[in-house]
Parts: sequence; C-alpha cells; structure tokens
Amino acid sequence: MAAAIDPIIGRYVHIALGGRAHRIYFEEAGKGIPLVCLHTAGADGRQFRHLMVDRAVTDHYRVLAFDLPWHGKSTPPDGWEREKYRLTTETYTEAIRAFSATLDLEKPVVLGCSIGGRMVLNLAIAHAAEFRALIGLEAADFQTPWYDLAWLHRPDVHGGEVCAGLVSGLLAPQSPDVARWETLWMYMQGGPGVFKGDLHFYRVDGDLRGKVAAIDTKTCPLYLLTGEYDYSCSPEDTERTAAQIPGAEVVVMKELGHFPMSENPEQFRHYILPVLERIRARG
Amino acid sequence: MLEKLPELVNGDPVLVRRGRFLSTRFLVGVGATEYLVDIREGRIERVDRGPFVMPSWRFALRGSAEAWGKFWQSVPPPGYHDVFALSKRGLLAIEGDLHPLMANILYLKAVLAAPRRLGAKG
Repeated sequence: MAAAIDPIIGRYVHIALGGRAHRIYFEEAGKGIPLVCLHTAGADGRQFRHLMVDRAVTDHYRVLAFDLPWHGKSTPPDGWEREKYRLTTETYTEAIRAFSATLDLEKPVVLGCSIGGRMVLNLAIAHAAEFRALIGLEAADFQTPWYDLAWLHRPDVHGGEVCAGLVSGLLAPQSPDVARWETLWMYMQGGPGVFKGDLHFYRVDGDLRGKVAAIDTKTCPLYLLTGEYDYSCSPEDTERTAAQIPGAEVVVMKELGHFPMSENPEQFRHYILPVLERIRARG
Repeated sequence: MLEKLPELVNGDPVLVRRGRFLSTRFLVGVGATEYLVDIREGRIERVDRGPFVMPSWRFALRGSAEAWGKFWQSVPPPGYHDVFALSKRGLLAIEGDLHPLMANILYLKAVLAAPRRLGAKG
C-alpha cells in the first residue's frame, strides 16, 4: 500500500534579519502564483496545512508559509536568552520582504491572519507595488484589547494553557472538535513570552488608525475576510477599516471565528476559493 | 442552569481531569441572583443559590440574565459565545483574584459553558 504522505515540503532558509543570522523554517506545496501565508500571533505556519493539500488551491498557487523567528521550527536568534522578544512593524515587514526576495518570489499574493491580517494592511500602505494581491483574514486597523497581557508570561501560570485558553473563545462554536483542538495545540506549543511579544505589534506598535485611507487598491487589490464569531477582530472592526479604503472588499464569514483556515477548513474553502479564483482571473 | 453543574461536570471524566489541580469557590451573578460554586479537585462539590450573608469567594463573574441566557444557548450567537466576548462588550464583570481563573482557564470556560449541553434554543 502506498504511504499516505502530504504533498507538503518543509525546509529551512538562512536569512539575515536586522543584521542577525536567522534560520527560518517554511513549508510549501503547489505550483503557480506564489501565495505567502502569515500565521497568527503565538502560532506557526502549520495553520495553513489544509490549504496546502487542497488541489483547488495548489493546482494554481505555490502556497508558502514560513514560521516567524521565535515561532514553530524557526529558531530564535543567537543570544535570545538575554533578550525580551517583541515583534514590531519594522521587524515583521522586513521578515516578509526578505523571505520573498530570498526565494525569488515574483509579485506574490500575501494572505495573513490576525497579526498577519494587520500586517497585510501595512503592506498595502507601504509596499503595495510588490504584491499581486493582499488578503487579510481577521484584519482591522485597530482592535480594542480584551485581556491583560501580563497573564501570558509568568511562572505561576502555564503559558501554553493560558494562551490556548484565552484564544479558545475566538473559535466559532460550529468548528469541529478535532480542528478546534489542533488549533489550540499550536498555541500550547509556543515559546515563553512569544505570543505576548507578538501582541506588542498588535496592540502598541502596529496601530494603523488614520493610516489605511492611503491604501490604493488599484495598485494592489485588497480582500478582507472576517469570521462572524471573532470578537477580537470583529466584523465591525473590519467593516470600519474597509470603509476608509476605496475598492477594499469585505466578506463576513458565517460559522467561523479568528482562525478560519485551521478551525474549520471546509467552511473556509467556501470563502477563500472564490477570492483566489478572482485573483487568478485578473492575471 | 447552574444548579445542574454538578451532574454536568462530575459526569464528564475528561473535564474533571482537566480541573484536577483546582479547588476553589467562585461566585456567578445572573442578574440579581447569585450562586456560589464550590470546586474540589475538578469536581463540583456544591452550588448554592443566594442571597448570601458575607459570602467568601476567590473570583466572581456577574452578568445580566439575558447575557447568560444567550451564553447558555446550545449554539450561542456571535458575541455571546465566550466569557471574554461578554466582558469585552461590557456584559460581564470579572472581579477578584483572577489567578485561579486564568491558571485553569480552559477548564473553567468548559464548566461555565456546560449548561449549553442542556439544549436551550435561541
């Protein structure tokens, strides 16, 4: 009997970021238009594994997902034990552009979720001409905080359990148990303080209020898809953001929450496939 | 709803195991009605309905009867499906010493949501 092997290839690429050597893990599958996927805060590229085995996607797109430094199988930089991890607009933007340049990706589509969705807006503001299209999942210019970040990294609370426990409510009640618990497992596996460090970008450094109106969707189309059960980035947050961007397209996704690609891949297909089809049709 | 917690939780060995390191007492306010929930090593020892004279508790969650009613529907509507969704919308106050709540958040969220299994419709 043939072995059941996912058609996903994982490798490491060496990239200098901020002048420091990094060994970045990435996975890819498919052929065609490069589609770079950005994982959520405190998680890693495994969130996109279902897209990578979907022939409706991989027949037309080369799907790539890299783990940000400190995440997943990307090791933190040498000397990490002496520093506090913090993601910033600058370091996040550099990582995406350096990854795309190092792999010679020509005008990729970028699809980002949560902090990745916020970053997609930032790419649309600052680097639109480099991309074929941008897709923000659970994206908004700003979201009101809903818990105290101090709980995420302290020795008397298990970091993995509290990170997963906090985000657990962002999934839709309809999401299947298996996919729900796999999504939470990735949160349980994050390094100490990494989720918290990502949220520095989300809450402090990456506030895009007053800036998204500069986005030109004629240079690069922008699609914003948000799950109806996401209360961290609510549909209202996304709609408020899109109202400032002429040409931005918004879809509110039924029976989905903050992690559409991993919490309910079947339901997510109904929303993402038409977007990918339209991007392809534009040529 | 909350009176049913002992049978809903104690009959679920996976949930009891998840809470095995927790023994505490917390208060739930459903409108003007207060409940004290006693947990011992993941099992619900008792649920008392107020009014109380000088109750002691580690943490409290107080919301309107309407907010909890939607939260306990078998499929809650968006914005009513999680305690932090309610608190972000200003529909639930979370007070007191939150350490036992946060250190056992997956377990306690499941305990609080257990009445959804009673099948209430919207």
